[in-house]
Amino acid sequence: MATQTPVPAAIDQTTETAPRRLVFEVLQDWISTTDHKKIGMLYIGYSLVFLVIAGFEAVLMRIQLAFPNNHAVSPQAFNRLFTMHGTTMVFFVGMPILFGFGNYLVPLMIGARDMAFPRLNAFSFWISAFGGLLLYFSYIGGDGMYGAGSAPDVGWWAYAPLTAHAFSPGHSTDYWTLAVFLSGIGSVGTALNIVTTIISMRCPGMTMNRLPLLAWLYLSMSLLTFVAVGPLSAAQIMLMLDRYLGSHFFDAQAGGSAVLWMHFFWIFGHPEVYVLVMPAFGFASEIIPVFSRKAIFGYTAMVAASIGICFVSLSVWAHHMFTVGLGPAGNAFFTLSTMAIGVPTGIKIFNWLATIWGGKVHFTTAMLFAVAFLFQFMLAGLTGIMLSVAPLDWQLGGSYFVVAHFHFVLVGAILFMIFAAFYYWYPKMTGRLLNEKIGKWHFWIFLIGFHLCFDLMHIPGMLGMPRRIYTYEADRGWFLLNFLVSTGAGIQTIGTLIFVYNMVWSYFKGEIAGPDPWDAWTLEWATASPPPAYNFATTPSVASRRPLWDLKHPEDTDGQYE
Amino acid sequence: MPIHPVSTGLAFAVTSDFLQSPTSTFAPAGTPAHSVVGLSWLVYGITGGIFLVVGGLLVYALFRFRHRPSSPNADQEPAQVYGSNQIELSWTVIPILITVMLFLATTRVIFSTEHAGKPPEALDVTVIGHQFWWEYRYPKLGIVTANELHVPVSDPKHPTPTYLTMSSADTDHSFWIPRLAGKMDLIPNKVNTMWIDPETAGLYLGQCAQYCGTQHAKMLLRVYADTPEQFAAWVAHQQQTASQSPDAVEGKAVFEHNACISCHTVAGTVANGRFGPDLTHLASRDTFASGAVPLSRENLRTFVDDPSHFKPGVLMPPMHLNEHDLDLVTSYLVTLK
Repeated sequence: MATQTPVPAAIDQTTETAPRRLVFEVLQDWISTTDHKKIGMLYIGYSLVFLVIAGFEAVLMRIQLAFPNNHAVSPQAFNRLFTMHGTTMVFFVGMPILFGFGNYLVPLMIGARDMAFPRLNAFSFWISAFGGLLLYFSYIGGDGMYGAGSAPDVGWWAYAPLTAHAFSPGHSTDYWTLAVFLSGIGSVGTALNIVTTIISMRCPGMTMNRLPLLAWLYLSMSLLTFVAVGPLSAAQIMLMLDRYLGSHFFDAQAGGSAVLWMHFFWIFGHPEVYVLVMPAFGFASEIIPVFSRKAIFGYTAMVAASIGICFVSLSVWAHHMFTVGLGPAGNAFFTLSTMAIGVPTGIKIFNWLATIWGGKVHFTTAMLFAVAFLFQFMLAGLTGIMLSVAPLDWQLGGSYFVVAHFHFVLVGAILFMIFAAFYYWYPKMTGRLLNEKIGKWHFWIFLIGFHLCFDLMHIPGMLGMPRRIYTYEADRGWFLLNFLVSTGAGIQTIGTLIFVYNMVWSYFKGEIAGPDPWDAWTLEWATASPPPAYNFATTPSVASRRPLWDLKHPEDTDGQYE
Repeated sequence: MPIHPVSTGLAFAVTSDFLQSPTSTFAPAGTPAHSVVGLSWLVYGITGGIFLVVGGLLVYALFRFRHRPSSPNADQEPAQVYGSNQIELSWTVIPILITVMLFLATTRVIFSTEHAGKPPEALDVTVIGHQFWWEYRYPKLGIVTANELHVPVSDPKHPTPTYLTMSSADTDHSFWIPRLAGKMDLIPNKVNTMWIDPETAGLYLGQCAQYCGTQHAKMLLRVYADTPEQFAAWVAHQQQTASQSPDAVEGKAVFEHNACISCHTVAGTVANGRFGPDLTHLASRDTFASGAVPLSRENLRTFVDDPSHFKPGVLMPPMHLNEHDLDLVTSYLVTLK
């Protein structure tokens, strides 16, 4: 990397010396803030708390499943654990952490001073945060089938009619419904904000054709959020009507349709996977080029593939329903549409590979996580192709094979890319680099734990082990694999603790980052670390996709190749 | 079942290798399962090939193009390449071709399984899922039973498949015997069908594959594929009403004077409840509580005393019988051969 970095004019060179403030003042500042960076960090911090909680729930489940006929937790507690783990990870970790990074990065990368609607931004965060607290309050306040103090136990997709009053009396299911509904309101608010910000607040010179890929992917993700969250929210309202006002949308006992709920849920649920993975694509599309020291290969194809995924992902939902009895024509259609989404996804992987090709790859911790992401996301995609084959899904759907497959997406791809994003942008957010040595320990330990856990987890599914069982028979041949999977979960826990330690240690003792520690090319590196509240002292203007490349290489600017 | 988890677990790890799992999808014993395995090798082959090629290129690129601090031009940026339409086109078209090929192969299997002609010799069974057990009704044979499904073995030359018509009495369930066929959901207010044709006699295991409530884990499936003679004998036996053993008159009286009859049927007696499993020939089964407990006098007694001992969350309430009545009812149940 070049050692001499020209200082962009946008960096404010004056130094502020603010007096020390009282704790209450700091608190008041964070609670009432409408600064996109602070809201972004609130989102991220809040998600990290829930990541630890939901991770702990996963560890409890793995302890229970380490041995056949184990009694570590009761069946009732286990059912609550997987419901809470799934709901938390999707709605209160995945969505908010990615919205947090989006909030922080999108305005900086497009040269804006804030999001389009700062107060809506704060509202969206706090309503989502309230949803998460409501969900966990159910452990104290939600009397369910088994008396007071029970969390929801209907599974994260809450299939009807298990959610009907007859099968889920008490209020635990209501906590789930309301928490998810509130999270949906927050998600739509933030998505609206991101779309508006990207469409109307780009700095001079930043045409859509020069938009950083991360911003393109956040745009696609936000558009998809609009479409996906609507049906989910509608279904939650219908479920509440069923439970309290005597309607019969999903109440099969009174002629309602359980399959209707499945359609509503999965027309949300499958686009949701892409809502979660597209920001990860965005991180990869920024981090891989910088550490390969090359421009992204096939920018236009990458944008087209993102939009393509956006559209195709709206027509694949019923691949979650191959065993529901859709009939051969329905099964064939959803097989084809699901396989088709592999094409734009493949284009993305090939373009990242071509970006690395001919570059000079620097294996920083962020890049290591990104490289692992490439392999793991490819594997997740290939097991996805297997599951898109309806007859294979008749065998493997609903089994641990599926659990392994989607954890490859959610952990192997998305969480790995989130870790990469932390190593890459933490210096921008705090002004200090995360420690690289601790980071490599974090990477390797987490990688080993991940593969021990989720590679082997495919096999019990192929051997007939269904998901969501609190225990299993000893004669099925599942024990050894489950034991190793649980060991892997323990190793990942150690890796995560190292990461938390690194975050805290580096906050106080990390190396000072400076504005542009990675010799990168996008606008967030053209301001101080951490950036001042107004982001840029003067509004930047750009002439290509990589404004800082142009600045550093005036003899060979990017714009001439667009 | 106070089984020590560590010792049993380790014992089974040694004795029962996972290669001999009784529920392996790789050991098909019926036409639908065979066609899935056949298709799966094609899918595994193609996806494995893609992984090797792309993964190999990735490993090569990462090694070949790593940053070398010692090289003379280490500080220079590499040549910037922005893309190539020809290359983009090729890695768009090739995956499309693979997709079309896979789709066509898949569609064949979908239609051959779901649109298979039903031979006149086929046996019809109605399967009803309950929290947390299976009800089996043989409408043409006049048999109602629970949890242990008996079907004839199907000789490929003269196939006698069993057609299952499925629905649910309460929440969603899923019927999955990996060695015989893929799963099919049982959904209230919806009727699904599937068929199985076990090619060798024996016991096939599985379990409910759609989360259905607290005891989803112990909603086990047992399918007995009988030889024609065995099956005929089983049918003849099941068509009889319950045995009226003179040894169990007192126990029968206790059974019939308690709430047992509100939920259970014993054919030929006043017990005609429909909520729980039919007990007419309970003692002819190998297991009870949906395959979760081996059938024995001792286990039955424990279960009647406290059903949640074996299956926490089971819908059968404890009957609070005194020790004497408990013995009598157990004595009656074991006569229901």
